[in-house]
Amino acid sequence: MPPRRFISVLACAAMSAATVTACGSGSATNQTADGKTELTVATFNEFGYEDLFKEYEAAHPDVKITQRKSGQAAPHHENLFTKLGAGSGLADVEAIEEGYLSQVMSKAGQFNDLKEIGPKDATSDRWLKWKADAATTKDGKLIGYGTDIGPLAMCYRKDLFEKAGLPSDPEAVKALFATWDSYFAAGDQFIAKSGGVAWFDSSAQIFNAMHNQHEVGYFDKSDKLVVESNPAIKADWDAVTKAVAKGQSAKLAAWSNEWNTGFKLGSFATKTCPSWMLGVIETQAGPENKGKWAVTDAFPNGGGNWGGSYLTVPKQSKNAKKAAELAAWLTAPEQQIKAFQAKGTFPSQVKALEAPALLEKTNAYFGDIKAGALFAAQAKKVAAAQYKGPKDGQIQDNVFSPALQSQEQGKSADEAWKTAVAEAQKAAK
Amino acid sequence: MTALLTKEVERERAGTARSRPPRRHRWSKLDSKVSPYLFVAPFFVLFGAVGVFPLLYTAYVSLFDWELGADDPKFIGVENYRTLVADGQFWNALINTVSIFLLSSVPQVIIAVVLAALLAGNLRARTVWRMGVLLPYVASLVALTIIFGNLFGTQYGLVNAVLTTFGIGPIDWQADTFGSHVAIASMVNWRWTGYNALIVLAAMLAIPRDLYEAARVDGAGAVRQFFSITLPMLKPTLIFVIVTSTIGGLQIFTEPKMFDPAGGNGGGSQHQFQTVVLYLYQTAFQQLDLGYASALAWTLFLIIIGVAGFNFWLTRKAVR
Repeated sequence: MPPRRFISVLACAAMSAATVTACGSGSATNQTADGKTELTVATFNEFGYEDLFKEYEAAHPDVKITQRKSGQAAPHHENLFTKLGAGSGLADVEAIEEGYLSQVMSKAGQFNDLKEIGPKDATSDRWLKWKADAATTKDGKLIGYGTDIGPLAMCYRKDLFEKAGLPSDPEAVKALFATWDSYFAAGDQFIAKSGGVAWFDSSAQIFNAMHNQHEVGYFDKSDKLVVESNPAIKADWDAVTKAVAKGQSAKLAAWSNEWNTGFKLGSFATKTCPSWMLGVIETQAGPENKGKWAVTDAFPNGGGNWGGSYLTVPKQSKNAKKAAELAAWLTAPEQQIKAFQAKGTFPSQVKALEAPALLEKTNAYFGDIKAGALFAAQAKKVAAAQYKGPKDGQIQDNVFSPALQSQEQGKSADEAWKTAVAEAQKAAK
Repeated sequence: MTALLTKEVERERAGTARSRPPRRHRWSKLDSKVSPYLFVAPFFVLFGAVGVFPLLYTAYVSLFDWELGADDPKFIGVENYRTLVADGQFWNALINTVSIFLLSSVPQVIIAVVLAALLAGNLRARTVWRMGVLLPYVASLVALTIIFGNLFGTQYGLVNAVLTTFGIGPIDWQADTFGSHVAIASMVNWRWTGYNALIVLAAMLAIPRDLYEAARVDGAGAVRQFFSITLPMLKPTLIFVIVTSTIGGLQIFTEPKMFDPAGGNGGGSQHQFQTVVLYLYQTAFQQLDLGYASALAWTLFLIIIGVAGFNFWLTRKAVR
């Protein structure tokens, strides 16, 4: 037994090495037995493409589509980066989530320029400008076709607003959500009378939304880390940590079980709300809280985006041209509307945002509000895409979010800032 | 030996007949020479493929600045190890690992021995009790960790609710370094104590009864019997239990990984419960820095060998 334990130690110790060597053997052939071209499409969660694949196959008898579907985004992207490293094994069309885009862009050389190999009618103006810009490299290559987006609005608890003496009507609350200053000021007003209910769920959620509105983020366009020299970051930090010190945060880390419980118990009154968050709130707050949550088409300092994906064609693909054709077809407005109807993924195409099927979509849990039109309006408020450096996602998730959490757990804001700067420098190295 | 014999026989033949040995004979020669190796081959091939090769390859990778997907990794010699020695996060992770290891292994082994002594006694429905202590081991580790994570929830957790009714706490199991270690150690103990108790129990039942009878004749009480007969006779088993729990304890990963409510790999907002293996995982699969992760893996490997060896020596010395 002990030697065997040792072997497993070794195997575990060596897992990093093993992934480099042991992963992925490229498919030697991409023709099926009856001479069709086989295209593989790797997605995660729900893209709503199942019926579309059938439609495409019917229109293109020479193509057979195989879908590789992962349940979650994280393993999908882990697999993606491992196989990029291995040099083979990727699907012809690989989906990429916005949070991982900066990492993909830093390896843009391993993906096809869709402007070059894609059909000529799939030009960048098909998408909202910021959506296409985010997937365009500095030298103008388009790496991914946009699928869906997560435009930000504000969700809030009507009943708690009323109790604290704030306006609760979707029109009247807009003034509270005009700027971040007014948002935090309203928070002060709210917690003075709320009897222990917090204003927002956690500081990282607010900080990230604020951060993404700036033109320059953690990195400048030459990939230099500017965490210290960018005054906007420190200003956001100060505003958020001050609000935390006053007691505006419920200190519930997003996606934790306690966060879920917080929705059920009504521990906080507002939530930064991308389109897909409505479903999360409905699930977590449950039927007993129906009618208490509302959403309004306002967001402090303009708009924002959280989430959404792209379809890419890795250079590994042996049928790059046909794969790009398929990806272009899938991300055309007509198809994305169908995906929206199937699974509720909010389309990123300019024309799709004007489609009646989208504009008329209502949400019963949020008081039959015209959610489709509301988020379409919010999508257009998003300013330019922020330039993301190669380690941007990591700095957000593993440096700034934990540092903000540590301040919520009692560390001083100054000390937490120093840690964040030091860790950001380490991560960017 | 057989090979030697065949050779002699052959030489004789070659001398007298000067003809090629018959076909049947060549086969049996081949058989006697090769088949022993074939019989032991499966182990060595497997061990080579999943044991030795990854081990050596990890050592090789650790000498490079090797980012996953990088086109040509740069050879940097022992630079990764030099960085490691100066890396505060590594030392923090090592201290956390040792702290969690001590908080779990020490009470675990002691309780396991006591539990085994109880189970060895005359109990009604003995098998039910004995199987009962193994139940936590059957539960899935991840499910268990999620449930414990809920119990140790900071704001709505059951443990804090109970503690506050007694006027203690609430304790922030996430933010507090020692608190988080206790929470994680309790998961480890929950799972492994019963398992170790059963191993100790099996050894305990194998101790010859006449030793106890002789002791009783000499007037030794139950406690004296336990310390003078049971413990010394358990020595080989205790060595096994302690060495395996050392290896397991220093590799602890799933519990701290799942304990982070946001699902990150940092082990808390200030790495307060990040273990070495979790840091290794973060380095390899989040920062994609395979070279540095390999250096970490090798360092951990050496540490485990060192600690396990030390425990082996200590247990042999202490329990006589």
